Amino acid sequence: MTALPTPEDIKAQIEAGIPGAAVTVITNGSPSAQHSLLLDNQHARDAAVFLRDHPDLRLDFCSLVTGVDWPDTETTEKIKVRKTVDGVETDVEEARKTKIPGYLEAVYHLFSMEKKHGPVILRVRTANRTDQTHVPSLTPVWRSAEFQEREAFDLYGIVFDGHPDLRRILMWEGFADFPMRKDYVPPADDRLAEVHA
Amino acid sequence: MSEQLLDLDPIGAGDTETLEVSMGPHHPSTHGVFRMDVRLEGEKVVRLKPVFGYLHRNHEKIAEHGAYLAAIPYTDRLDYLCSMTNNWGYCLAVEKLAGIPVPERAEYIRVIVAELTRFQNHAGLIGFLLQDMGASGTPLMYAFREREKILDLFESLSGARMMCNYMRFGGVRVDCTPAWLDEVRALVAVLPRFIDEFEALLRGNEILMARTQGVGVLPRDLAVSAGVTGPMLRASGVNYDIRKVDRYGIYDRFEFRVPLGDHGDVYDRYMMRLLEMRESLKILEQALRDIPAGPIMDPKTRLRGLRPKAGEAYGRIEAPKGELGFFLISDGSTNPYRYRVRPPSMINLTILEDMCLGHNVADVVIILGSVDIVLGEVDR
Repeated sequence: MTALPTPEDIKAQIEAGIPGAAVTVITNGSPSAQHSLLLDNQHARDAAVFLRDHPDLRLDFCSLVTGVDWPDTETTEKIKVRKTVDGVETDVEEARKTKIPGYLEAVYHLFSMEKKHGPVILRVRTANRTDQTHVPSLTPVWRSAEFQEREAFDLYGIVFDGHPDLRRILMWEGFADFPMRKDYVPPADDRLAEVHA
Repeated sequence: MSEQLLDLDPIGAGDTETLEVSMGPHHPSTHGVFRMDVRLEGEKVVRLKPVFGYLHRNHEKIAEHGAYLAAIPYTDRLDYLCSMTNNWGYCLAVEKLAGIPVPERAEYIRVIVAELTRFQNHAGLIGFLLQDMGASGTPLMYAFREREKILDLFESLSGARMMCNYMRFGGVRVDCTPAWLDEVRALVAVLPRFIDEFEALLRGNEILMARTQGVGVLPRDLAVSAGVTGPMLRASGVNYDIRKVDRYGIYDRFEFRVPLGDHGDVYDRYMMRLLEMRESLKILEQALRDIPAGPIMDPKTRLRGLRPKAGEAYGRIEAPKGELGFFLISDGSTNPYRYRVRPPSMINLTILEDMCLGHNVADVVIILGSVDIVLGEVDR
């Protein structure tokens, strides 16, 4: 087993190898210390090929592909505003809400069967959760992503551009919703008949 | 689903030679509710699309709604022949996520039950594979006779034959008694005779060789790219066994070999299981010899109301069917924010079409049989 370079080293190598690629290291606070690399969608497939074919890394085995849903979040800040109330100027506390848009994320766990090291974790993100849910498919790079990307499409609604056969895999054709999303509401019992129709 | 599949690439109106056959979902050879849309020209397969999801119950969503502890009994029901290894895969991921230590005795018990699980899974697989080939009854019953002895041991240890719910993050649920260990020793001492008998019955059997050699060949590069794992990958000649690569638990203490195939055909996959059963017995002998006394769980380990720090972890083990992994994201609460199973059965199906193209439709059955799938895990 050869030692794996740190995520910062891999980031530097990707950015040096692929002009224009932007890689962010996402640190993981758990004792597992499995940090990941966030790729920009435009260069994700080039970066994947680079990692697969790199002579020292040889990440030939894409073990796990999964979707993660990060819904829109809202933070509330209390700020003091100077206002005139009944002719007297006073400090009034006002709540200001900031909406942080959510996104869908596809996570890839890579290992090397040749060098017997890993994992290197890649992430790609969609622009939002509603109308821009596209990420590049990595199935052309690793065949093992084929069914798993289909599953992420099926259960999360992530559209993988360039996937050869992107259809629902576990749910049935004609099913409209994405059941693994955090805001999914299962149909009421009396509506099951129409959902199954 | 079927309309959708037919729309993709319909058979031409004048084409009377090509036949579309829907194999399954209720067919004995599919080992559950699994369907293959097969397109045939005469007897030859020209296209094959697996269709599954009939047993889908959104296992992952169920686990995300419960506490970390609550997911363990659900993992039993993934690959329902191998509940012990499923428990282990999940517990390993939680242990990585929360940094939970495992006492030595518990590690030994885990190895013992995991290798027994591997043995009974492989024995059952060979039995089913031969059943699919037309050797009706006898090999399967031989395999199940031995499997039953192992399930009896599981029952006396955990209370259940198949749904063991035995492991916990940080150890195992109950300790084994010296009498139980003696029973395992007695069984391990006689199991080699069973493998010999099985092999004598089948090795060199002309029909078996004619049906399996050169059938369903999986080339090495395709196996790696398609993420095939387990005995199927090693049958294609790739030396990758997670017990050796990750050395999780205490697998670095045991001496065993990783059998490798040459051709990657059904015969190699079948032999791989036979050889791995022998290696499992070697590990069992060593583990049963060395198992120390001691606690099976650190009393400080928190099972109920575990709240791991925010973060994520991927834990994986060499399950009998391949790499079984669990990916967990914690947001600091009592439930996993994201719980994902890496199902080896499902990913090993990716290249089913590649292996079947050009073969007769009767071979599809044994090629599928040699993949070793359990639909509880494929569909989740």
